[in-house]
Amino acid sequence: MTKRVLIAEDEASIVASLEFLMRQCGFATRVARDGDEAIACLGEFRPDLVLLDIMLPGRSGFEICRFIRGQKSLAGMRVLMLTAKGGSGEEAQGFAAGADEYLTKPFATRELVARALSLLGVEAP
Amino acid sequence: MLQSWVVVLASFGYIALLFAIAYYADRRARAGRSVIASPVIYSLSLAVYATAWTFYGSVGRAAQDGVGFLPIYIGPTLMIVLWWFVLRKAIRVAKLARITSLADFVASRYGKSALLGGLVTVIAVIGILPYISLQLKAVASSFQIIFQYPALVMPEKSSASPILQVTAFYVALFMALFTIAFGTRHVDVGERHEGMVAAIAFESIVKLVAFLAVGAFVTFGVFDGFGDIFERAARRPELARLMTPFAADGALANWAWMTVLSMLAIIFLPRQFQVAVIENVEEKHLKTAMWLFPLYMLAINVFVLPIAFGGLLAFPGGVDPDSFVLTLPMSRHMEGLTLLVFVGGISAATGMVIVETIALSTMVCNDLVMPVLLRWKRLNIASRGDFTRLLLDIRRGAIVVILLLGYLYFVAAGEAYALVSIGLISFAAVAQLAPAFLGGLYWKGATRNGALAGLTAGFLVWFYTLLLPAFAKSGWFGMTVVERGLLGVDVLAPTRLFGLAGLDPITHAMIWSMIANIGAFVLVSLTGRQGAAEHSQATLFVDVFTQTGERGILWRTTTSASALQALLGRFLGPTRAADLFLAYANARGLKTVEELEADAELLNYAELQLAGTIGAASAHAMVATIAQEEPLGLDEVMTIIDEASHVIAYSHVLEAKQQELEAATASLRAANERLKELDRLKDDFISTVTHELRTPLTSIRAFSEILHDNPDIDAVERHRFLGLIIKESERLTRLINQVLDLAKLESGLAEWQSASIDIAEIVSDAVGSTSQIFKGYGVKVEAHLPASVPAVVADRDRVMQVMLNLLSNAVKFSPSGTGRVLVRVEAEGTSVRVDVQDNGVGISREHQAAIFEKFRQVGDTLTRKPAGTGLGLAICRQIVARMGGRLWVESEAGRGSVFSFTLPLAAQPLGARPMAAA
Repeated sequence: MTKRVLIAEDEASIVASLEFLMRQCGFATRVARDGDEAIACLGEFRPDLVLLDIMLPGRSGFEICRFIRGQKSLAGMRVLMLTAKGGSGEEAQGFAAGADEYLTKPFATRELVARALSLLGVEAP
Repeated sequence: MLQSWVVVLASFGYIALLFAIAYYADRRARAGRSVIASPVIYSLSLAVYATAWTFYGSVGRAAQDGVGFLPIYIGPTLMIVLWWFVLRKAIRVAKLARITSLADFVASRYGKSALLGGLVTVIAVIGILPYISLQLKAVASSFQIIFQYPALVMPEKSSASPILQVTAFYVALFMALFTIAFGTRHVDVGERHEGMVAAIAFESIVKLVAFLAVGAFVTFGVFDGFGDIFERAARRPELARLMTPFAADGALANWAWMTVLSMLAIIFLPRQFQVAVIENVEEKHLKTAMWLFPLYMLAINVFVLPIAFGGLLAFPGGVDPDSFVLTLPMSRHMEGLTLLVFVGGISAATGMVIVETIALSTMVCNDLVMPVLLRWKRLNIASRGDFTRLLLDIRRGAIVVILLLGYLYFVAAGEAYALVSIGLISFAAVAQLAPAFLGGLYWKGATRNGALAGLTAGFLVWFYTLLLPAFAKSGWFGMTVVERGLLGVDVLAPTRLFGLAGLDPITHAMIWSMIANIGAFVLVSLTGRQGAAEHSQATLFVDVFTQTGERGILWRTTTSASALQALLGRFLGPTRAADLFLAYANARGLKTVEELEADAELLNYAELQLAGTIGAASAHAMVATIAQEEPLGLDEVMTIIDEASHVIAYSHVLEAKQQELEAATASLRAANERLKELDRLKDDFISTVTHELRTPLTSIRAFSEILHDNPDIDAVERHRFLGLIIKESERLTRLINQVLDLAKLESGLAEWQSASIDIAEIVSDAVGSTSQIFKGYGVKVEAHLPASVPAVVADRDRVMQVMLNLLSNAVKFSPSGTGRVLVRVEAEGTSVRVDVQDNGVGISREHQAAIFEKFRQVGDTLTRKPAGTGLGLAICRQIVARMGGRLWVESEAGRGSVFSFTLPLAAQPLGARPMAAA
């Protein structure tokens, strides 16, 4: 069964690269360009994994992550946080909000893919 | 009945009675029930002023000058009005400082100066000698006369024989013995003599009664009342003359000076000071004395003129008027009355001699001998065990010496003068003490050197103008000096100094001596400086009524209480010293003397107790031998004052500094807050810049890796990815450039070209260069430029940068297809204004301020995130502000925006404009 990945990111070119990488893994993708759109997609698209940018317009990645962890219906959903901000404070805050993984931009594409596969429990294609 | 043995017996009997009174009074005093603690006794003791001079001499003077004897009694009566102020103050000071004599008083006032005390002692002793000789002469004469009874033979008639001198010698000797017995009986050599005062008061009664008796006898016995005497006298021209005051030439001046002299004498005669100040028990006794003493003076003078006239009428000649008091009753064979008068005369003389010599011997002992002995190191006197015996011996010796000197004066000069004239020489001498004494009591600026100079000058003039002529007159040496002047210089003639002739000797001497004395005293005081100890004493004396009692403590101690007690014991006797120290300890709540600490206060106490016995100067010197005195020198005091004023000045400076510091702290705190804010802004900025940098880098890296890992990716996709890499690289470059540009602008390091430019041309160029972009977005652009615009001074490239930024913003936020951008330029007062108007999304009022901040973009992020770094408007505002203009926006959400900026006209040079802050 095809895994679904939600890409919550506002930078068009980053979205384009993430879409390419996820599709290459054989996942179905959906893009949300701001916080509200991301929340809306959660119920509707029911992704197995969310690639979540922290600096989203409208709602922050932390907020969305906490929302996911607060919903029983969304249990088991994996969250991989992406941030353009460095610093361990951000990372700790991300894990506190319930993120499964955390990557700092600019990330290595192979690492991103490996983490995503690992989180979804699938073998590399 | 008036055989010699009767007279001698009566004399000794009288003396014995005096002893009995003194003994009784002393015993009562020891029992704490003083008999002299009475204002009447005090007033009577003051009548020691009336001596043999009064008793015998007044009549003699009246027989010569008529009422001319009166000033000597008017003076004290006048002075008594001032007693409440002057004498009360002296009494207060004397009790506080335990003053033992007049010399002690003056010495103590001027910084416990032993030198000054010695000088006053010398002046007092030499000055009083004639006065003592007067008493000896009077008593010896009265003996001579009464021994001749019933014949009336004047002693002068037998002056060739040495009988009078021999009598005088014995009188002097006996008087010395009386005085020693009266004044120096006790080992306790305190400053008070209760027995003596009681005896003196009794003597005052005796002499008054005797004089009144003889007066009444002459007036009402010999004659028929006052009227009869004056009537008879008036009938004789040479007697009538005596009833007119100021008849003789210069009599008025003479009266005035006599009055002044006796005003001073009532205070400065050592015996008067002794009874009035030293022996005073209570200040309030003065109040009674102020009316009782003048009354006494009046009583003893009532019969002077009647006796004088009676004598002159009764004895056609050959009888010395000085003896009328005695010879009148003798001539009438009133033996009892004669004896009473004789005893009254002895009474007057012994009273004076006893008190005077006790006062003088105290001075000699405390202010002349002791200071010398204490300073004479070879004697090693300070280590001597018991001083009480020595003190008594010194005083006894002094009494004998003073009376013998008095006798010698009598032998040398006494016979040539009448009683009153001898007495006045002494009055003039003690008057020399007045400036230093009164000045010291009322003028804080009076200095020790001033007092020394005044006293010396006054005394020398007195000696030269009064004593020298007196010696000359009695034939000790020729009259050459007196008649021709010193070294033959006429203006230096002692009795008409500097040509001041035509005055009686006393007036003449008083004028010159007072000029010299007061002049030297005031001048030297004004030009000199006081020592610290002197200043402390000056304050004590002058402010005695106002000060609280704390005295300046000058001692720094290294001794013990027991050592101090031992020292006191040597002068006061061990028992009394022990009592005093125990009382001191008890007053401080301690049980034994051993618990006492020898602090400065105890040393002052010891010094004060010692001063009561040996005088202030000697006491000070004595304590100094044991306490390693370190009195504050004037320099030290000045240093302290200087330091204090420095401290005050310094504290003012500190206060100012503190205020400055507080202000500086406040501004530093503000600056720190500002720095923290800036730091926070910087962190935010860096964080934002980092974020803005990571975003394009993320894309670039991701696509580069995708292309690297997927070499077989299809060409279309590859091309799209490479295009994104290029676009993101450009974005990265632009961002970096703008961050650097902003940093340059904000730091003020940006270089500025300053030239006169045509703004319309720049606007035109900017619109021209962006026309392709507008076309691409489908937005129309129009420029409305006036025919001519005044030149502005600005940097052309920077103005272009602003224009391009505003135009690109306008195009980005304008709707594609219907978008319309309008650019206007117009001159506006002293500046040129440029508007860039669009019909785009507009900016709501609450966001209008934010858009000029760094990395703040407002746009419809739902549909399309505007391209750009978020630094453009911040940079534009910096540029416009730097060129002296203003950049702002007018807008409403959904109704387009107008971005406007102004630039100042060229008339105002760019350089003169203050750089506006961002």
